[in-house]
Amino acid sequence: MEEVTEQINRMPRIGEPAPAFEAVTTHGMLKLEDFKGTWLILFSHPADFTPVCTTEFIAFAEIFPELQKRGVELLGLSVDSTSSHIAWVRNVEEKTGVKIPFPIVADLSKEVSLAYGMIHPGQSKTETVRCVFIIDPNQIIRTILYYPLTTGRNMDEILRIVDALQTTDKNAVATPANWRPGDMVVVPPPNTQEMAEERLKQGYECTDWYLCKKKL
Amino acid sequence: MACVSPDGKPTESGTKMLRALESGLGTPEEIAKKAGLPLFRVRSGLRELTQAGLANQKGEKYELSEKGTELIK
Repeated sequence: MEEVTEQINRMPRIGEPAPAFEAVTTHGMLKLEDFKGTWLILFSHPADFTPVCTTEFIAFAEIFPELQKRGVELLGLSVDSTSSHIAWVRNVEEKTGVKIPFPIVADLSKEVSLAYGMIHPGQSKTETVRCVFIIDPNQIIRTILYYPLTTGRNMDEILRIVDALQTTDKNAVATPANWRPGDMVVVPPPNTQEMAEERLKQGYECTDWYLCKKKL
Repeated sequence: MACVSPDGKPTESGTKMLRALESGLGTPEEIAKKAGLPLFRVRSGLRELTQAGLANQKGEKYELSEKGTELIK
């Protein structure tokens, strides 16, 4: 009977250090630690020269200036070679006029893909699904998004998450559903009865003691 | 390599980093600012320049090597 072996890697989780790596990219050999001190969005795509991925790369290039304003770097990844990545980004620029300004990991060995749980065999055994890892300046994973092969990512949501995380870090608050910069933020809920009673007197907009919002 | 061509000469970004070192020892952050390059590119580029013998590392800082100085003359 044929023995089937499968490499099982523990999936990374929010709040944990991002798995370290050293990888060949279109901008040379890069290590995760090279990004220390800046926010990083590490994202994977299934393959070069494919339609949905091409629309996503154009969209990532379009939000790149906004990400830079927020101190965020972008790093793409797929299980393709550097030559394929270079040919693809040149083709995208030639056909659409959009220059891809960020590096792309050529993860032929799948080392990074496996460390980050980017290969979902139920979707494809050879391609990475559409993952987004938002990693903070201390190299802690702060957000993980997974999209299937057939669904292109929403750049507005990625920017919104970056804004929300940076707002949380700066002001020690949370952000409610569908929050956008400028909207009211959620004040952390009180931990004691005394704090709950005080909370209602602090001038916040409160639905009840556990749900209070304020303007920044 | 991104900063050093196969013929051993620095690329455009490699040259920017070497020029940023002309004024003396610098940290990757200082070099990134002077060269106008992202910090991650400078950190990886300095590794390459050091391996190629074009820059020397002294603790947390970097400086031009003799070979690096010759190349950007």
